[in-house]
Amino acid sequence: MTEFTPWASLLGGFLIGAASVLLMLLKGRVMGATGILGATVFDRPKGDTAWRVALLLGMISGPAVVALTTGSWPVIEVPVSTTALVIGGLIVGVGVTFGSGCTSGHGVCGMARLSPRSIAATATFMTATFATVFVIRHVIGG
Amino acid sequence: MQNPAIYLIGLVFGVGITVSGMANPAKVLNFFDVFGTWDPSLAFVMGGALVTAFIGYRVVLKRPAPTFDPQFYVPTSRQLDMPLIAGSVVFGIGWGISGFCPGGALPALGTLNPSVVIFTAALLAGMGLARIVPPRLTFKFPTSKRRPT
Repeated sequence: MTEFTPWASLLGGFLIGAASVLLMLLKGRVMGATGILGATVFDRPKGDTAWRVALLLGMISGPAVVALTTGSWPVIEVPVSTTALVIGGLIVGVGVTFGSGCTSGHGVCGMARLSPRSIAATATFMTATFATVFVIRHVIGG
Repeated sequence: MQNPAIYLIGLVFGVGITVSGMANPAKVLNFFDVFGTWDPSLAFVMGGALVTAFIGYRVVLKRPAPTFDPQFYVPTSRQLDMPLIAGSVVFGIGWGISGFCPGGALPALGTLNPSVVIFTAALLAGMGLARIVPPRLTFKFPTSKRRPT
């Protein structure tokens, strides 16, 4: 059981949206975790990687800042096995590469632009996630 | 100097992800567990983010160019194709299995939680694997110029 947190989630969502807008304002780019991570680790466009590294470092600093301001580290409850993390991670990596994006790129940035591709992608991966969780938790009983 | 500013943008994103609960796989999976321990919080995350980005983009994209770059890099393709849909199905399955998506996991790395590290390593392995495929299926980095309107 996790607590319903409408206000914290709304605030978090606002910050996510704000960061996306700011990145578009400053660099003209979509705040897509897949694209940013992929470009930094794999594609490495010449002379165009430093800002991505800065962005990633900023993202990773988030929990520490929250810890400093609230006095406690954010909770990461992992209700799945290590095997699930590995298999899930591999599958996500393949999926977001072919799908050209994930929740931040398609779900937030793409849908905010009313992009048909992002709307389709988001509807698809959300449905797939609902179905997968249903099967795992209520059919297989994992 | 752009990089410190961009670091701060990443920080805003990372704080947002953390505060929203997107970095917590139990909370994420509960959002998708409609017939079980349903936690609707993530709907509020998406809602808050979408409204903010929608309004913000309308303002920003009216400008001739971004601050630190001569052009916007906004994908212009409107074509739905098989890699998009199939990839999204696969992504959803992986998200449902692990409870992590890339945007949620990256800030979570900042907690040094071993599970997040394991997921991220697997994520990178999957991304690398998917790149060793016929070029027409590979993730295309968006380079389309956005024509100022």
